Amino acid sequence: MVNSQPILSATGLSMEFRGFLAVKDVTLSVNEGTVHALIGPNGAGKTTVFNLLTKFLTPTRGRIMFRGADITRLKPAEVARLGLVRSFQISAVFPHLSVRDNLRVALQRPSNLATQFWRSSNVLSKVDDQAMSLIDAVGLSRYEHLPAVELSYGRKRALEIATTLALDPTVLLLDEPMAGMGHEDIGRISELIRRIAKQRTVLMVEHNLNVVADLCDRVTVLARGEILADGAYDVVSADPRVREAYMGTEHE
Amino acid sequence: MTVETGLLTSQSKLRTSTALLGAIVLALLLAAPFFLYPIFLMSVLCFALFACAFNLLIGYVGLLSFGHATFFGGAAYITAHAVKVWGWEPLSGILLGATGAAILGVFVGFLAIRRQGIYFAMITLALGQMFAFICLQVPFTHGEDGIQGVPRGHLLGLLDLNHPLPMYYVTLAIFLAGFFAIWRIVNSPFGNILKAIRENEKRAVSLGYRVDRYKLGAFVMSAALAGLAGGTKAIVFQFATLTDVQWQMSGEVILMTLLGGIGTLIGPVVGAGLVIALQNYLAASDFPVTVLIGIIFVICVLLFRRGIAGEVMELLKRKAPQ
Repeated sequence: MVNSQPILSATGLSMEFRGFLAVKDVTLSVNEGTVHALIGPNGAGKTTVFNLLTKFLTPTRGRIMFRGADITRLKPAEVARLGLVRSFQISAVFPHLSVRDNLRVALQRPSNLATQFWRSSNVLSKVDDQAMSLIDAVGLSRYEHLPAVELSYGRKRALEIATTLALDPTVLLLDEPMAGMGHEDIGRISELIRRIAKQRTVLMVEHNLNVVADLCDRVTVLARGEILADGAYDVVSADPRVREAYMGTEHE
Repeated sequence: MTVETGLLTSQSKLRTSTALLGAIVLALLLAAPFFLYPIFLMSVLCFALFACAFNLLIGYVGLLSFGHATFFGGAAYITAHAVKVWGWEPLSGILLGATGAAILGVFVGFLAIRRQGIYFAMITLALGQMFAFICLQVPFTHGEDGIQGVPRGHLLGLLDLNHPLPMYYVTLAIFLAGFFAIWRIVNSPFGNILKAIRENEKRAVSLGYRVDRYKLGAFVMSAALAGLAGGTKAIVFQFATLTDVQWQMSGEVILMTLLGGIGTLIGPVVGAGLVIALQNYLAASDFPVTVLIGIIFVICVLLFRRGIAGEVMELLKRKAPQ
């Protein structure tokens, strides 16, 4: 099941914000076809690592390779075009567009329907079949015409995953996909991620350790900007340093 | 299911009522010069188009330009010069003005879109001031005098524009063409991406859109349409002066758009009509116009945050489902 070929890797990644070292010498490799979790206590630098990998931040030091190519100096839109697509911690939808229009926006560029300013937007109905199948896949068919802002939190996350999938990415980076979700939603989104992972690679930041144990093939633990442990969930969770990092922050 | 079909019928109902309303408005516009002073109407049309062009940027991309007078006034100078000095036919003069404004838009936009929010506004203001200063200094604009006595000439060598009625209908046609262009841009695949960028720029980037290019595209389109309005204004009033390029003009178009309603197609037209009407009818009285416009502006900001057209549409929307 686990393919050992790394599809995305970072070497010696560091990020400094005005003298504060948020990420210290992180070396990480995500193997093709796996679900890889990035966990760690609050403030460990998980989201910063995400921002570095997707080029929303440029690393102070280090190198990032994706499918054998160096992407360290690329712009975020370029990285997305290569097939490395992220979601955000705060639900990133287009709030006043309908669910269907959110999907249309994601599908427009791959279908070459993004720059025509002289045509009616009715031509966008070409991508509607694709949009509907993605909406169905995340269980939002009933809300097709609803503005995204009116969806419940969990459904917004589902919509975001659907728009991310619309780009047909090779690697999905999901930043806390389950944050703030109810029990029912967690089950549904877990199922969805499991289905996605059959054909793609997933790297996710997640706090819910049950979800991590259930879904992920490999876990990297980050604490204070450094990698603390890396390996299978059972091995990593038994590691005393990992336990201390989690407990330690609560006692300090 | 019933909700959906209900939604669809209400949408098609909305479409027929919009078409009906459009036909009535068009009839009124065609008949207007027989009841109102044509010069006043043409002034409203030019500024309405200018405000619509400005609104394309703030209403649909979320960019507040504080230097749009550059494109309006710059085009007015170019058109006036081409028609008066080079003896160009008026329509090609206007189109040359719009093209010039588009080129200016490329330069200003290229520098400004790298920044957001207040910084964007400040850069456009600074570049606008620079442009106004250039207009004061270069010889072809004639400094404080401006270019005066621009001949209206014959449209395509056929239609004599020195009579008010033909001039009015030509202005109306240009306005409608510009308005249609904006409507088309807003409701196009490109417009859909613009709205997405306004809604959530980071997400648009993460979906692989090079948002700077889309913003620059919209900026140039807005500049060209503002230039179309400015060029037409130069032919209608037969002059181009520093008033058209100064920051007060940029402020005025912001005021018109805010009053009418940002992000609505019709709002800027309503706002321009209101401001021009007040300026015209109060020009003869002793009451200072700017004070009154200021008071109206304050009231609008306090009471109808969406602008006049925005509030009316919201009211209709709330009524519609029942």
